[in-house]
Amino acid sequence: MTHADASAPLDLEQSSFNVSWQKAMMWMFIITDALLFSGYLASYMFTRLASDVGWPDQASVFSMNFITLMTFTLITSSATMACAVKAATDKDHKAARKYLLLTTLIGLAFLGMQAIEWSHFIGDGARLTGNPWGAPAFSAYFFMMTGFHGTHVLIGVIILLITFLHTTPVRIDAGKVELAGLYWHFVDLVWVFIFGCFYLL
Amino acid sequence: MAVEDHSAPTSFVKKYIFSQDHKVIGLQYILTALFMAIVGGWLAVMIRTQITWPEKAMVTPENYLSLVTMHGTIMVFFVVSLALVSGLGNFLVPLMLGARDMAYPFLNMLSYWTVVPACFLVLVSFVVEGGAAAAGWTAYPPLSALPEAVPGSGLGQTLWLLAMALFIASFTMGGLNYIATVLNCRAKGMSLMRMPLTVWTYFMSAVLGVLSFPPLTAAAIMLLLDRHGGTSFFLPSGLVFNNEVLAHEGGTPLLFQHLFWFLGHPEVYVLVLPGIGITFDLIASFARRPVFGYKTSVYALWVVGFLSMIVWGHHMYVTGMNPYVGEYFSIATVLITAPFAVLGMNLVASVWRSRIRMEVPMYWALGTVAVIGLGGFGGLFLATSISDIYFHDSFFVVGHFHLMIGVVTVLSTFGALYHWFPKMFGRVMNAGLGKLHFWLTYVPMVALFFLMHLQGMSGLLRRYYDHSIYEFQAPGRELALVITILTYAAFAAQAIFFWNFFYSMFKGVKVGANPWNATTLEWTAPSPAPHGNWPGALPVVDRHPYDYDPAAEEDSDYKPQGVVA
Repeated sequence: MTHADASAPLDLEQSSFNVSWQKAMMWMFIITDALLFSGYLASYMFTRLASDVGWPDQASVFSMNFITLMTFTLITSSATMACAVKAATDKDHKAARKYLLLTTLIGLAFLGMQAIEWSHFIGDGARLTGNPWGAPAFSAYFFMMTGFHGTHVLIGVIILLITFLHTTPVRIDAGKVELAGLYWHFVDLVWVFIFGCFYLL
Repeated sequence: MAVEDHSAPTSFVKKYIFSQDHKVIGLQYILTALFMAIVGGWLAVMIRTQITWPEKAMVTPENYLSLVTMHGTIMVFFVVSLALVSGLGNFLVPLMLGARDMAYPFLNMLSYWTVVPACFLVLVSFVVEGGAAAAGWTAYPPLSALPEAVPGSGLGQTLWLLAMALFIASFTMGGLNYIATVLNCRAKGMSLMRMPLTVWTYFMSAVLGVLSFPPLTAAAIMLLLDRHGGTSFFLPSGLVFNNEVLAHEGGTPLLFQHLFWFLGHPEVYVLVLPGIGITFDLIASFARRPVFGYKTSVYALWVVGFLSMIVWGHHMYVTGMNPYVGEYFSIATVLITAPFAVLGMNLVASVWRSRIRMEVPMYWALGTVAVIGLGGFGGLFLATSISDIYFHDSFFVVGHFHLMIGVVTVLSTFGALYHWFPKMFGRVMNAGLGKLHFWLTYVPMVALFFLMHLQGMSGLLRRYYDHSIYEFQAPGRELALVITILTYAAFAAQAIFFWNFFYSMFKGVKVGANPWNATTLEWTAPSPAPHGNWPGALPVVDRHPYDYDPAAEEDSDYKPQGVVA
């Protein structure tokens, strides 16, 4: 016996919040992942406040212009992603493909800049266990948080690439593009918090 | 489609081992938990034996710490979580919602088979070099962060962390599945405010679990980095070990406590709430009247859930926190009394002037209500920072949390097993043995944990290997022997249950689809429920879940929540 022949299929495309279940699950994932990052950011703040060793001055350690450029780049990719979602909803294959590819490339550019950032930081003597400027937790948090975020960006780039390949001149799934967009915007938003808490404050 | 169209399995492996049927997975969880319960219970027996006769030195001090740690870990994560939340939840939620299965049957199977290696790692860690983890079930650093701290901090702690990582992954998958099932897979007519309270509590429990585990994951990653990456997240400057100052500097173990208890406190409600929901359903079935205040109970659940996430600091009053912060945590914690009293009063009022049928599950349900009151009362003393500073780390705490997340959950799990056994196997468990099991479990368990409160009041501290060498611990030790004998009795009494459970599985009296004349949807399915739960069409819900009429004749005083066309 299969379920199908036992009854008419349930109307499961819609859930309680009137969104598709894929979208509901993506939101759930985003909430849990946001809590994971909140755990890191709150820990960072706590350690910084409780630290009995001097906290380094970020402006002298990092090139703030470069970090601002990184932030600007990632936020730009959010804009192009929004364009891709709009184009996919309008069934404009050409524009959707263009913007998806553009977002992927900007994402890759961000990862490249992060690699430069890491190699500078490591070159200056920063390690997971300590750094030349002060509290060892400073560099430990740097590697852990930006590493974690970078992994998210990398996964996002892969998702975007898959979505791009799925979107052909004859086939387009606005729902999939929107899901990828939700994830991408979330990853960008996390960066804004990391930028604010880790670099600016 | 959220529910995949999977057909009934035919091979033995697909039917009983790698099954995607929620009922089989539920039973797999329950049987795994029953096995782990024997291990965890045996550890309790060993702990009691050691602290009652410390001069016999049955175990070494290092192994004693491992016993305490692993008893807590196994009981919280591998017994109560598995039996009550994952096991019974899997079995009940789709049946009570009128669904064919969970929203993601494959994910469900995956979550069970993720927790099996976790159980294996926990058991194996007893025999590795240095023994099992010894930093307590809370895994506080620096004991857990320095592999060389105590013997159990080495490989044992690593295996503990791996087991917990697998458990968290499994539990998160399970939680997402519950949420998706409740939101998406309800039968026609089953609006949220028509769901049985059992389902509501499983939903709340899943929401809390999904929200509170991620920060613990962050903490676990940082702990791993401290142990194996040389970082100092949880290790302060100037820590001396083996007459050498360690290289770590700038961290604080308090951070771990915050992250741990941000999970740890909601986790209590993850475990307790389903017990309360089940108790509501059992009471409705045997008091033969609608539960009192269904809506207020649902609202109270939401308030409890919210408050449970902002009170974690009450586990940390003695850490030297700012008194104003302590004051906040005290007030927020005491506030939980309000929604909890609503739940408790609704439970009591549900029995008011009813024609109680004293079947076996009702014994367990009424027992649960009593313990919620008793255990909750002790909580007030611990919620208030001023009294907690005296009670902290004493047997008062041990008695309190065992009443709440030990006895409440165990009683409601047993009640649920006796109640839904017919739905699992088409037979009932022996009633005489069930009542005997109840009295021989209930009396010793409640008595022993109540006496622990008194021990705590006289100053007996927990986790001590040998109290007898401290003069100031002498008054608290007077009750130790009585408590130990009660522990042995409660442990031995479970043999009655195991015999009854497995004997009735094959030889119990056969019953029909609805042996208790209960209203909720699962009783409209055949006993045992087949693959897909209803052989024909799914039931259509046309009323609230507890439509009992106290004024009607004995056998026609109920209307099922749904009609199977």
